[in-house]
Amino acid sequence: MSGVQARVVAGITLRATMGRKRAFLFAIPPLVLILVTVALKLAHPEHASWPVQILGVFGLSVVLPLTALIIGTSVLGAEIDDGSVVHLLATPVSRPLVIAVKWAVACVLTVIFVAVPELLAGLIATGGKLTLGLFAGALAGSVMYNAVFVMISALTTRAIAVGLLYALIWEGVLANLVPGARLLSVGQYSLGIANSIAHNPGLNAALSLPTAVVMGSIVTAAALAIAASRLASFSIKGEPA
Amino acid sequence: MTTIELSHVSRWYGNVVAINDITMTIGPGVTGLLGPNGAGKSTLLHLAAGFLAPSRGKLTVGGAASWHNPGIYRTVGLVPERDSVYAFLTGEAFVRATAKLHRLADPEAATRRAIGIVEMAGAKDRRIATYSKGMRQRIKVAAALVHDPPVLLLDEPFNGMDPRQRLHMMDLLHRLGEQGRTILFSSHILEEVERLSGTIQVIVAGRLAASGDFRAIRRLMTSRPHVFVVRTSDDRRFGAALIGRPAVSGVEVTGRGLQVRASDYGAFSREVAVLARDQDVRLRELLPADESLESVFAYLVET
Repeated sequence: MSGVQARVVAGITLRATMGRKRAFLFAIPPLVLILVTVALKLAHPEHASWPVQILGVFGLSVVLPLTALIIGTSVLGAEIDDGSVVHLLATPVSRPLVIAVKWAVACVLTVIFVAVPELLAGLIATGGKLTLGLFAGALAGSVMYNAVFVMISALTTRAIAVGLLYALIWEGVLANLVPGARLLSVGQYSLGIANSIAHNPGLNAALSLPTAVVMGSIVTAAALAIAASRLASFSIKGEPA
Repeated sequence: MTTIELSHVSRWYGNVVAINDITMTIGPGVTGLLGPNGAGKSTLLHLAAGFLAPSRGKLTVGGAASWHNPGIYRTVGLVPERDSVYAFLTGEAFVRATAKLHRLADPEAATRRAIGIVEMAGAKDRRIATYSKGMRQRIKVAAALVHDPPVLLLDEPFNGMDPRQRLHMMDLLHRLGEQGRTILFSSHILEEVERLSGTIQVIVAGRLAASGDFRAIRRLMTSRPHVFVVRTSDDRRFGAALIGRPAVSGVEVTGRGLQVRASDYGAFSREVAVLARDQDVRLRELLPADESLESVFAYLVET
C-alpha cells in the first residue's frame, strides 16, 4: 500500500466526479429533503407521524440509494466509460488499492450529500433519538450502498441502468414484499441500524442490529473483493476482426 | 534489452477470431504493426499490454506474462489509442500523477525529463482539454515514458495527426528506438511507416502475413503488378505501343481510357513518358487504379 498512490487516485477521482456536470445532481435530492422537511414543519408543527415518513421512507429509502447510485457509479464507472481508467491501470498500482480509494471517496461524498442533510432535516423536524438513529443508518447505508455500486461499475458498462434496477426492484420491491430478501438488502441493514437507536415502529425495520451489522459487513467486503478482482481482469475491448 | 515474445497466441471473441496463432519476437528498435482496419493490430497490442487475456498461447514481455500482472508496467509504457485523458488536469499534472502512481523516487525530475523528451515544456501548464490532437498524443507519450520503460507500446499513434505532428512523432519514435528501447506501434496507413525504418509485421485477418525488414517489404509492395488508368490523345495507338513493352502485361481499352497492367512498376513509370513522346501521343492522365491498402495487403498475403 502506498500513501502517494492513494492520494493521486483520490485526487483524480474527486476532481473527475465533482468536475462533471452531473455533480450538481448530487445536491438536488438532499435539497428536496430539507425543503420538504421545512415545509412540513411549518404546516404541521405538532404532528408526530410525518418525520419518520419523510426522513425514514423518503430520506433513507429513496434519497440515500439514488444519490449513492449516482456517486458510486461515477467514481469508477465514468473512467471506465470514457477509457481514461487505462492510464491509471497501466501503472503498477495495486487494483485493490484503486477500489478501496474510489469506494472511500464515494463514501465521503455520500455522507456529505445524504447523511449530513439527513441529520439537518432530522434536527429541523424533531431532533432526538429518531434523528440520531437515521443519521447512523444513513452513514452505514452510504458505506454499504457504495460498495455495491462500485462493484456494479466494475462488472458492467451499464452501471447506472443496472444499479437503478437493483435499487428499484431488489431494494424497493422485493425487500419489502419477500421476507427472505430482507436478509440480503442494504436498505434493510440501514433501517435495522437506524431502528436500534430510534426504536420507532414507523421505520418498519425487519432486522436486528447484530444481523444488520454482520450481514452488512459481509456484503460490503464481498462487493469490494469482487470489484477488485474484476478490475484486475480489466480488458480493453478490441476490434473484433 | 527487453523483448516481447508471442508463442502461438490466439484471441477470439465468441466465434470471431481476432488473432490467429501468431508467433513472433519483437526486439529493441522500432517495429511497426501494419494491417488494414479490423486486422487484429489493436488486439495484439492490448494482449502485449496486459489489457486482454490470450485465448490460447503465451505472451511475455521481458520474460514475464503480461496478463494479470500489474508488475509489467514497470517495464512497459502504453499509449492507448483512445483520446481519453484526464482533460481537467494540466499536461504536467497528468504526467506527474503518472510518475507518482509508479512511485518514482523523484517524480518532479521524472516529469520534467518526460515532458522534455516530447517537447511539451511550453504547454505543460495548460489544461489537457485545450490541447490539439497531436499535443494530446505527445503528453500521453510523456506519461508512458515517465518511468523510463524499456518497452513502449503505441496504438495508432499517428491517427488524426497533421503531417507536421506526424513527422515529429516519427522522429521521436526513431530516437527512442535508437536508445535501445523496444518500440511497437500499430498503423493502418502505409505512408506513416514509410519514414520509420526498422522492422515491420504485417497482420491481415488476425494472421501474420509478412514480417521483416521494412525495405524488403517495401520492395515487395512496389514490385507487385500495378494497374493504371491512362488517358491520351490516341488511346488505341498508345495501347498498341504499350503492349509491346516487357514492363506491361495487359492493356484494355475502356470508355474512360486505357486500363494498363504493369508487371514492373519501376520500368513502367520510367518508360511511359518516353513512349508517349516517341509515338507522338499526348498523355492526358495517368492514375494508379489500385493503390488501396487492401490491394497491397491482399498481394502480400498471396506471396
